[in-house]
Order: sequence, then structure tokens, then C-alpha cells
Amino acid sequence: MLKLDALTKDFATRAVDQVCLEFAPGQVHALLGANGAGKSTLCKMIAGLIQPTHGTMVLAGKDYSPKNKRQAQRGGIQLVQQELNVLPTLNLAENLFLSDLPNRWGILSRRAMHRRASEILSEFGLGHLDPRCPASSLGVGQQQLLEIAANSWQPTQVLILDEPTAALSTPESQRLFEKIDRWRNQGVAILYISHRLAEVQTLADRISILRDGKLQGTWPRGELQQHDIVAQMTMPASPAMSASPAMPASPAMPASPAMPASPALCVEQFALRPKVRNVSFSLRAGEILGIAGLVGSGRTELLRAIFGADRATGGSLRLAGNVPRPSFRSPNEAVRAGLVMISEDRKADGLLLTESIAENIQLPMLDRPGLAGFGLVRAGHARRVAETYLQDLAIRCDSTDQSVGTLSGGNQQKVVLAKWLERDGNVFLLDEPTRGIDVAARERVHDVIRKLAKAGKGILLVSSDLDELVGLCDSIGVMSNGRWTATFSGPNYDTQAILQAMFAGYSEP
Amino acid sequence: MKDKAVSSNRAIRQTLATYGGLMAAIVVLAAFFGMFAKNFLTTTTLLTMANSIPDVTVVAVGMTLVLIAGGIDLSVGSVLALSACLLGWLMVDQKLPLWLASSGAIALGACCGGLNGWLSASFRIPAFIVTLGMLEIARGGAYWITDSNTKYVGSSLGWFSDPIAPWGVSASFLIAVSIVLLGQWLLHQTVLGRTAVAIGTNAESVRMAGIRTTRPMVTLYAICGGLCGLAGLMQSSRLSTVDPNSGVGMELSAIAACVIGGTSLRGGHGSVIRTFFGVLVISILQTGLAQLGASDPIKRIVTGGVIILAVLLDSLRKRSAV
Repeated sequence: MLKLDALTKDFATRAVDQVCLEFAPGQVHALLGANGAGKSTLCKMIAGLIQPTHGTMVLAGKDYSPKNKRQAQRGGIQLVQQELNVLPTLNLAENLFLSDLPNRWGILSRRAMHRRASEILSEFGLGHLDPRCPASSLGVGQQQLLEIAANSWQPTQVLILDEPTAALSTPESQRLFEKIDRWRNQGVAILYISHRLAEVQTLADRISILRDGKLQGTWPRGELQQHDIVAQMTMPASPAMSASPAMPASPAMPASPAMPASPALCVEQFALRPKVRNVSFSLRAGEILGIAGLVGSGRTELLRAIFGADRATGGSLRLAGNVPRPSFRSPNEAVRAGLVMISEDRKADGLLLTESIAENIQLPMLDRPGLAGFGLVRAGHARRVAETYLQDLAIRCDSTDQSVGTLSGGNQQKVVLAKWLERDGNVFLLDEPTRGIDVAARERVHDVIRKLAKAGKGILLVSSDLDELVGLCDSIGVMSNGRWTATFSGPNYDTQAILQAMFAGYSEP
Repeated sequence: MKDKAVSSNRAIRQTLATYGGLMAAIVVLAAFFGMFAKNFLTTTTLLTMANSIPDVTVVAVGMTLVLIAGGIDLSVGSVLALSACLLGWLMVDQKLPLWLASSGAIALGACCGGLNGWLSASFRIPAFIVTLGMLEIARGGAYWITDSNTKYVGSSLGWFSDPIAPWGVSASFLIAVSIVLLGQWLLHQTVLGRTAVAIGTNAESVRMAGIRTTRPMVTLYAICGGLCGLAGLMQSSRLSTVDPNSGVGMELSAIAACVIGGTSLRGGHGSVIRTFFGVLVISILQTGLAQLGASDPIKRIVTGGVIILAVLLDSLRKRSAV
């Protein structure tokens, strides 16, 4: 029904590489892969949200190249994305029909709309709900079902479901699976993405696996065991690769256990419900502790809760030499206590994009009395400080007055690093510090991280790039579905086992 | 030597880029009215204008600071009236000396502003709503203090707005100009000013940088309120009375001056000096049109058009720069 031919998408790197796939009507086709394997990019191209760099798609014998989501929908292709897009202030019926509200001369035909909405809702096991109640009165799982319903009530030929069960309870998932069976019988081609391997194995007729943007292969149901799937998602020659990036770091390794094993940060039973559940770990001074996990496993939420950016719902933490204390109430408290955090999204909450490099580096210092000197800013001082970082981190720019919004991603990230190096702390929380930056900048960031560790800082490093964690970290913890499922110690890691642990939390109910 | 010449050249170019457009607008307007209104370009007119703008100027400085930090203060006019009425009550009814009474008036303004800032920053209530409430509260307070009557404060305040002999401008005007310069300095050279710009640019980034955001916001609103108190003092001195109806619509003139000066209502960027130029533009328009014999409705229509035109030009300029 839908055929992809050598479909390719280039961003800074190649995200999807020459993928050829065919989706047959009446089949559930699962698409699996680790973080960054290219699943979402592929789906977005099919759904018309982004356009491929090369390659073609053929839908029902005709050339298919959607410019936007609307064109894709006209072709009968529907995408249910992972994020919830339900509008809480509108009622259920309005959410369902938002793209095409039934009306006569612009006046809503409420009665017909509600009747039709009730029918659709009952197909998803939501028949007991009044279509006139606001969507905000629904739980997360029900909202997810509503979202799926809103994207699938129109005649659909290809339905893409991206992690549809992530927010669903077991009975809700069962209802969705029943609905998927009905779609299958109606001849809908379903593209199904999930981290829950057990679920995929029972549901999917065929399984395709992506790794680094390349299609590893397609297998019929039952041919792959769970560990085969994980093996296909990781690098083929795993012993060789886990050894080589770790090599340069390994001479330094014996030093770290010998160092005073004083913990820089102990986290006990930390929780931010429902995203983070009872996480405990301890981080030594001078240690780089990596956190691996799938996107959405709660790693970012854990870091934000430790830093006080979000209020933890439970647990305590202890900083070097102190008594255990409840979580911080604000980033201000955390920074004063010696914590520093580089957040995942530097544009949203890391930088002041329209401000200069010098201003950005100075930002965390604004709250530090004494250094600023009687409430006055020393612009010359700020510029000189910024200049030393331009040198140290090789930030490419015209001058320290250039606004950071005009820098490349890698250089922006270096500015973020510089500002926290200037502020300094004992514990560095780094959330995806090398995401979306070029190779040279990445090396630079890695150097800084190693240097910080050598200087006795405790470093908590979240990364979706397993190679990066393996190459840098003294030990790696794994989060899966909000829980801390395993801890591995370096320098020789079993990447297969780490990947298994990343999926472990999703198999339990 | 050469380096210095280059850098001073750059400084001139930068100054022109920042202020050139507004200065040109002022020159063009002045020339236009000079040509068509006989008495416009005379010392008397110019001095009258200079001595009538201190109160708006001072309020607009406070407004600029608040707007740059991403806030807004709709209560400035009412707070001005409330402070002025307190001043009158303290001086006339309580027989307090001028310095004590005026300190009290300015302190009350600062308190009103601080309350605005605390409510909006701590409880995350939109500043628009909080200050709209304060607009009513302060106005009510002004009527309450004065029993809704205009009060004559006499000549003890007069020196404030009387022309100073050799120059012909009043002390008020000189104070207002110093406050403009002080405001610009605060914005660029102090931690508070840089924090304000940072919060207006991206409050979440500031929070994640471990910087407190509540305290600077309270301070900025308090400064704005205090400046309203000072403006109340200036106005009372100019009119020799305190009037609970004074300052009605002042928030709009102040915001208009800021906007003409290029301050963003979304926060993060603006300039106190340019706000002052904005005040001048409005004042020249009003005076010039009056001398041309334009009626009040016409004056308002033209002023409104100029505000929109200024913002339009600004956004066109930015679009072409990108």
C-alpha cells in the first residue's frame, strides 16, 4: 500500500539513510530502534511534517510526496504523535472533530456532533464519558485514547502510532489493542512504534529495526526473540566498539577508585510522580556517572527535580559533608549549595538568545554579591572573562558582544558551559550536553567534562548517546520507565546489557 | 591612534543607529511646526514645553524599566494621584514640613509599586491584572484622602516648577532629565538593570541560572511606583493644588512614549533615553497641533496615528535588518 524507496533525511548528520520499506494493508508493522535511530524522523516524513532529502514514496500505486500534514491526511495517512495535543478547554466532541467541526452556515451542529462523538468514543472504551465534558477532566491515559481517536475517525489507510501505550494503563492498552485488531481487519496499514518489546512481539505482524538511520532488516512475527531485537538495535561488533572509545580514558580509571570515596551527592528515594519513581544513587567527588535511558524514561525530570527546577514529590538528597535534606525549592537554592545544571534545551531555558556572549556568561554571577561590587556591573570585567573562555573553549564568534542567537549550536553550547564554569560548583548536572553539536565541539565538551572530574567535581551526565557514556563515564546507571533499573561500572561495559536494562522498566505492568 | 579613531567612529555610528531615527523625527516635527505655526520655534514655547513634561517623563522612565523586565504597570496614573493627595494631606492638614511630606508621598508610591511587583512575581498573577486592580485601589485611596476635593497646597511647592533665572527651565525639568540619565545608567551598569533585561528576555533561563527573579521584580515595580510619587510632587507643584483626578490616562501616555522609543512590550529590550525622546515626540505633536489650532479630537487622532506609525517603522526596520 505504502512503499518507501531509498528514503533519506539529512539534518546536521544523516538521520534516515536510504530506507526502503513496504507497508501492507491489514498488517501491524512495528518499527523499533534505540534513541536517535531515526524512527521519529521517518514517521514525520511519511506524515508530511518534514520533507525527505532524497528518495520517494509511493501510495497505492501513485507517487506520494506530501508538503504538509494536511496533504498527508488527504491521502489517508494519519500520525498520532507521542506528545499529547489535546486542548483541555474544549470538550471531547470538539477535540475529536477539531479539524472538521460539523456545522451549518458556521453554526455548530451540536446534536449530530455529540451523537457521532459518542459512537467514536465507545469504540475506544470511552463510551461512558459524556462528549460534552471538557477534555481537562480526563486522565492522561484517557486523553491519549482521545487523541488517537481524533486522528483516526476519518477514513484512514495508513495509521502511524508513536508510543501510543506510553501513558496508558494495562486495561486501556488492552482496549487499544482490540481497536488495532479491528483496524487490521478493515485493511488499515498500521505503523507501530513502541519501547515495550513484549507488547510489540504479540501485536506486530512484522518488525523492522532501525539503527543509526539505516534499516537493519524486517522480520515476520515470532522470528525474533527479545534479545535478538536488542542485539539488532545495538552495534554489531559490540566488544570492539566498547573497548576503543573507553581506551583513552582507561589509564585514568584506576585513579578514581583510589580517590577519597566521599560522596558529592547522595540521592535517596527521589520521586517526581509519575515520571520518576524512588530513585536512589550516590555520586562520588571526581566521578562521572552516566545515566542511560530511552527518551521519556525520566532522566531529564530527575535532573530537574534534583536542581529544584521542579519540586520533587518525595525523597531526600545529601551533599558532601552535609546532613540529608529535602529537595531544593528553587534553582537558586541549588546553585547556592554548589549544584550546577546544563539543561537539555539551551534555547528554551539555557541562554538569553538576543543577549551578548559576555552577558550570558555573566548571568549566573548576577546573584553573587561582592563579585558584582555594590550592585554595579563591571562590563569590562565581564568582557575579559568572556574572552578567556573564547580562547579556552575555542568559541567561534566576532566578539564577546555578538548575540548568542547568531552562533552555531556547538558554540552556543560552549557559552552555556562557560557560564557554569565561571559560576562553578561541586556537582555538575549535565543533560544531553552534546546534543545537536558538531564533532569538534563535542570533543571540546568531553575535554571539559574530564577536566572537571579531575578537579574533583561530581558529574552526572545524561546522554542518549550510549557511545558517549561508554567513552566518558566511570559508571553508568540506567533509567527505564521512571525507575533506576541497573548500575554498571566501567571501564569495560556490556552495551547489550545496558540496552536490555533500558527496556526493562517497560515490561513490568 | 588609529585604533582610537576607529573605535570612536564606531561609537558615533552606534549612537546614530540607536538614536538617529528618533532625533530625525524630532527635528522633522519641530521644523514642520516651525514652518506652519508662527510661535512654535520660540523660547517661550520651548520652555513651556520643557516645563510641562517632567511628570510624564519620570513616570515613563519607571514604565520603561518595568516593560523591559517583561512586566507592565497600569496603575501609574492612580498611584501618582494617590501620592499627590497624601502629600497635600500631610502638608495642609498635618502641617508637616515639605521634605517630610514629599518623602512620605514618594514612599507611598514605592509601596504601591512594590506591592504590584510582589503580587505579580510571587503568585504569578499577570501584571496586567494586578496593576489594573491597583489602578482602582489607588484612585479610590486618592478620593478617600481628599474627600474627592481638590486641595490648594500653596506656594511652598512652587519653587519646584518655577523657572530658574538664567535658563528658564524649572528644577522639575532638571530633575526629570537627571532621572532619565540615572535610569539609563541603572539599566546598563547595575546588576538590577541587567537582571531586568535578562528576565525580560527569558525568565526561565534566568531561573535556571539560579538567579532569584522575585526580588528584582519587586524592586523594579517599587522604583516605578516611587517615580510616580515624584511625578505627583512635580504635578502638584506645577498646579499648586493636589487633585484626586490627576494622572488619569497617564499609563497610556507613558506606554506610548516607551513604545515610540522602541521598548518592546514583550520585554527584553528598550532604552530609557529613547523613551525620553518618545516623550518629546508626543509633547511636540501636542503643542504644535494646538498652535496650529487643531481641536482636541484631531490632536488625539494624530497622536494615535503617530504611535502606530512609530511601531510600524520599527518593525519594518527590524524585518529588513534580518
